[in-house]
Amino acid sequence: MTLYAGKREALEDAFLDRDMPRGKPRSLTRDAMRRLRANKAAVVSLFVLAFIVLAAIFAPFFIPYDYETPDWSAFRAPPSLESGHYFGTDQNGRDLLARTLYGTRISLTVAIIATTVSVVVGVLYGATSGFLGGRIDQAMMRFVDVMYALPYILFVILLMVMFGRNVFLLFAAIGLLEWLTMARIVRGQTLSLKEREFIEAARASGVATFPIILRHIVPNLVGPVVIYATLTVPEIVITESFLSYLGFGVQEPLTSLGTLIAEGTDVLEVMPWLLLFPGAVLVSLLLSLAFIGDGLRDAFDPKDR
Amino acid sequence: MRDAPLLALKDYAITFATPDGTVQAVNGLDLSVQPGEVLAVVGESGSGKSQTFNGVFGLLARNATTSGEARLEGRNLLDLSPRELDQIRGRDMAMVFQDPMTALNPAMKIRKQLAETLTVHRGLSRREANAESLAIMKRVGIPEAERRIEQYPHQLSGGMRQRVVIAMALLCRPKLIVADEPTTALDVTIQAQILDLFRDLIAETGTALILITHDLGVVAGVADRVAVMYAGRIVESAEADALFSRPAMPYTAALMRSIPRPDQDVEAVEPIPGRPPDLIRPPTGCPFHPRCRFVEDRCRRERPPLAEVAPGRQAACWFPFIDETAGTETAPEAAHG
Repeated sequence: MTLYAGKREALEDAFLDRDMPRGKPRSLTRDAMRRLRANKAAVVSLFVLAFIVLAAIFAPFFIPYDYETPDWSAFRAPPSLESGHYFGTDQNGRDLLARTLYGTRISLTVAIIATTVSVVVGVLYGATSGFLGGRIDQAMMRFVDVMYALPYILFVILLMVMFGRNVFLLFAAIGLLEWLTMARIVRGQTLSLKEREFIEAARASGVATFPIILRHIVPNLVGPVVIYATLTVPEIVITESFLSYLGFGVQEPLTSLGTLIAEGTDVLEVMPWLLLFPGAVLVSLLLSLAFIGDGLRDAFDPKDR
Repeated sequence: MRDAPLLALKDYAITFATPDGTVQAVNGLDLSVQPGEVLAVVGESGSGKSQTFNGVFGLLARNATTSGEARLEGRNLLDLSPRELDQIRGRDMAMVFQDPMTALNPAMKIRKQLAETLTVHRGLSRREANAESLAIMKRVGIPEAERRIEQYPHQLSGGMRQRVVIAMALLCRPKLIVADEPTTALDVTIQAQILDLFRDLIAETGTALILITHDLGVVAGVADRVAVMYAGRIVESAEADALFSRPAMPYTAALMRSIPRPDQDVEAVEPIPGRPPDLIRPPTGCPFHPRCRFVEDRCRRERPPLAEVAPGRQAACWFPFIDETAGTETAPEAAHG
């Protein structure tokens, strides 16, 4: 009998603690982060992204050249270690490393602002539309269709004409175009979420419509929204490059990755470094973002692989 | 004389507009619940038992229309604006859902979900709401409540989650709780615990409970009174003991014969022949007549009203199994002749 009791205690010691971890509670997000850490490609990409971001923020303070002052002793200089122009210089003698770093800064800023705008607007719009349903939903979604149908170049030109040329306006304009897809994705998710019993339970306990959307629908959208946002960033970087190339975006002497690449393309045969370095940065940036987005998708929805 | 009823449904009807026609899910339903009473509503799938109370809570699908009256303490819930209804839902009446796996928000800690109702209805501060939530968690018998309350729903077992769902319903000490198949998703041993918990809590707080179920075993253990629903109507209503010992309506009797029992062979179970009626084109006369083994001509022509067949018992049948004069069970032929 005593033996049995002792055995039971030992078993309880062995199992109870293991079955009931005392640490922090495991939220869906925490679980997803744990799975993300197990994904090698995503982790490597995170480091690459972090390196590019940190370099764009801090490196300009450590190099002796800035992005707009010509070096009169070095025009069209190829990359070299001796001169200090590690990425070479352009036709005007400006240091390409400095310009690439500043360009990355601008491109990332555009991406962050535009993504934030698209996430905030898209999530609220999509969740409201999906949750309310019926005619309101129809009307809201037809508005999205109309916006889709508008050529966005026209939209951007109109904004530029009305408010003058302004980089931040450009960021906002891109974001205001990107939210359309986000709104559709979020609406689809909301349609399936709102049939779940916990939404009905919230309604049955007297929670009003908008608190339900904000407290019960939106937090459950984290997975798809985060994934789509990471996939939006590269798209926005490309859009910005395109607009800059057309002359609507960032203007000289400021620059962005897209502008640098456009300029580099023109002189590819004589000064290939002007295309290669900004191109390499853009490609590694986009690739790492894509891998992170992929990793997040697997992490948030492990069944969907 | 009885007290004023807590919830009174009068000529209550729900219809759904579908592409195939209008579905009369609930039809001319009269039902009342006294304060502190435990009423079980039983019936087959599709008999309208869940929809009846979803309608009371204003949770019906978009294509539904309700008519008649549903009065909670005299206020007709069907006339209220969504905002007024929000004030009553959760405070005066609460619902316990069938599946505890989906009735909790997976992205919210238990504490936040419990506190939500309290802050909405009683305007408590965060601290007060937290204290109260913890107290109710302990009351529904959750071990280590302090730790559990900080966890997410997926970290709790099914039985524990159902306790949380019940705790949520009890938070504002409602006068009425509607439990829609609260034990169906749980295994048998947990079912017994949850039913015990319900019984204790009801006795303690004086809350009225409406138990929607198709499990007659659950009914027998807990309910004071039973209402049997068929094709959107109440076809029999009686004290639980009386109903189980002597069902008055052929449908109730058939329902009871169709339950497998551990002390009988499977062959002893008699399924009810046929299918529940098509509610777009309900049968004429008594809705049960196509499946009733005691059917007479009158059943096909006229629909029997829900009438008193014995003191405290009502049945909607032209030939109930109760002899009104003697109060004893007789063959339907005898009652007819």
